[in-house]
Amino acid sequence: MSLLEVHDLNVSYGGIKAVRGISLEIAAGELVCLIGANGAGKSTTLKALARLLPASGKILYQGRSIVQMPVYDLVRQGIALVPEGRGIFGRLKVEENLLMGAYSRSDIHGIRRDLDHSYHLFPRLFERKTQQAGTLSGGEQQMLAIARALMSRPRLLLLDEPSMGLAPLMVNKIFDTIRAISADGVTILLVEQNARLALDVSHRAYVMEGGTICLSGEASTLLDDPQVRHAYLGE
Amino acid sequence: MNWSKLKSDRRIAYVAFIALGLVLAVAPFLVGAGLGNGWVRILDFVLLYIMLALGLNIVVGYAGLLDLGYVAFYAVGAYLYALLASPHFGLHLPAWFILPLGALAAGMFGMMLGTPTLRLRGDYLAIVTLGFGEIIRIFLNNLNSPVNITNGPQGISMIDPIGAGGASLSQSFELFGMQVPGIYAYYYLFLAMALLVVFISLRLQDSRIGRAWVAIREDEVAAEAMGINTRNIKLLAFAMGASFGGISGGLFAGFQGFVSPESFNLMESIMILCMVVLGGMGHIPGVILGAILLTVLPEALRYIGPLEEFFFGRVVVDPADLRMLIFGLALIVVMIFRPAGLWPSKVRRREFSSEAEVLAHEQEALYDASK
Repeated sequence: MSLLEVHDLNVSYGGIKAVRGISLEIAAGELVCLIGANGAGKSTTLKALARLLPASGKILYQGRSIVQMPVYDLVRQGIALVPEGRGIFGRLKVEENLLMGAYSRSDIHGIRRDLDHSYHLFPRLFERKTQQAGTLSGGEQQMLAIARALMSRPRLLLLDEPSMGLAPLMVNKIFDTIRAISADGVTILLVEQNARLALDVSHRAYVMEGGTICLSGEASTLLDDPQVRHAYLGE
Repeated sequence: MNWSKLKSDRRIAYVAFIALGLVLAVAPFLVGAGLGNGWVRILDFVLLYIMLALGLNIVVGYAGLLDLGYVAFYAVGAYLYALLASPHFGLHLPAWFILPLGALAAGMFGMMLGTPTLRLRGDYLAIVTLGFGEIIRIFLNNLNSPVNITNGPQGISMIDPIGAGGASLSQSFELFGMQVPGIYAYYYLFLAMALLVVFISLRLQDSRIGRAWVAIREDEVAAEAMGINTRNIKLLAFAMGASFGGISGGLFAGFQGFVSPESFNLMESIMILCMVVLGGMGHIPGVILGAILLTVLPEALRYIGPLEEFFFGRVVVDPADLRMLIFGLALIVVMIFRPAGLWPSKVRRREFSSEAEVLAHEQEALYDASK
């Protein structure tokens, strides 16, 4: 059974339809990416899945519908979101940000362990743990946003454009981390503009265009697909 | 002298704590002996405004929700006390019962204001809260017909003083052979209540709820994604802040013995907000300082008249005009030179400063983005 199943998802902003009846599914343990050009509806899809936007259609998580579920309950169900533009709490310290990620949990020892794990995963955050999160560099903020999402011990991690506004070196680092998180057994849905990198790390991919899914398949197959190479990899 | 070293030394902290306690304990007698009993009364009001400012600080400082109608909750607490303990309805319920009831009622009004404004932010929220404050005041002004509930603009007088078991705080009492007026007893009651409010504020600040408020203030979407029920947490901020206002209102009614709608106008809301902003939003010592200054300063400026007479031999400018002018000027000067407030928390200070570190970070972010 799939961890996440989406059937006929529609999202509109006022009268404009941004997502037109798409369907997708993600099996447990998979790393799936959603790629496409600007305005294709990738982020909108992700936001709808995270219940940040009203949507119609079916969204089944572990076989149960989450369309009516409030956003704050998703975390307790095991869905964590790394929002677009990171959404870190700039005025809180790095460590406080991480603890906010564990807001839905109450097992102090487990939280402590996961905190250490985050610092292990991102030594840079350990160095800066008492610093205001707003004073971190863009890349460090992205690391923090990902580490914070992991603090809720998610089964499904939704990543919205993790490479946005980052230096190439930093982007590579972030993607290495995404791969590592996936190897740890966390299911990931990645929305990304940088198609090559996204296809490189993913198992499967969906390609969006004009609010619909135009292509899907194994990431490695899509990497070799002439149409994808032409449209998204600039070849 | 190394201040941070001093701060970390526990013994010095204890000594400072005890010294502060002693000062607070004898303050009314020192003030009374030095400046007269009128100033002891002002001291009582300082404590009342500290409670109010700390209550508003929860809404504005912690949760970041701009509330321009805060005085409404003060009014709810005050009128509830007045109605339940005065000859107006012939009810004389005990203070220990009405004060918590006032807090509860004000808290409910807080939720009433909070519920429809949950989706509003910034300016829009400010406008609605301002309207709410006015609605309450106008209601109090007009609820004297057809059924006389609030006694309209005349207000309610002869309110029972706060007391318990037949003893009233308003009566003067004898201490070491001296007759001590009631305002001294009120001082200790208000001090105890203010300390309680400070304590609750401190605990809230470092609690899960406190962190949730900060998170909502910083980024509401991210906060919700962390699993924070933003609706309930925001309502809680409104309710908590309002209940502090309600308690203060009850104390005010018992202390004054008289309430009328004009005590609860917009200017009062603005004044309490000024205390919070001027002192340092979200920082408890700062807010307390703001409340002290803004209560004492207008009173102290009353001495301008006699000063003018002393220097010029006559009153050149009407002190009442000059007083508000100087007061406004002082506010502007403070906001120019200390935009984060007189005594801001470390975090806020950084936010308002253009430290090299922050600049460097912005440069880096720009560099990142240009890639």
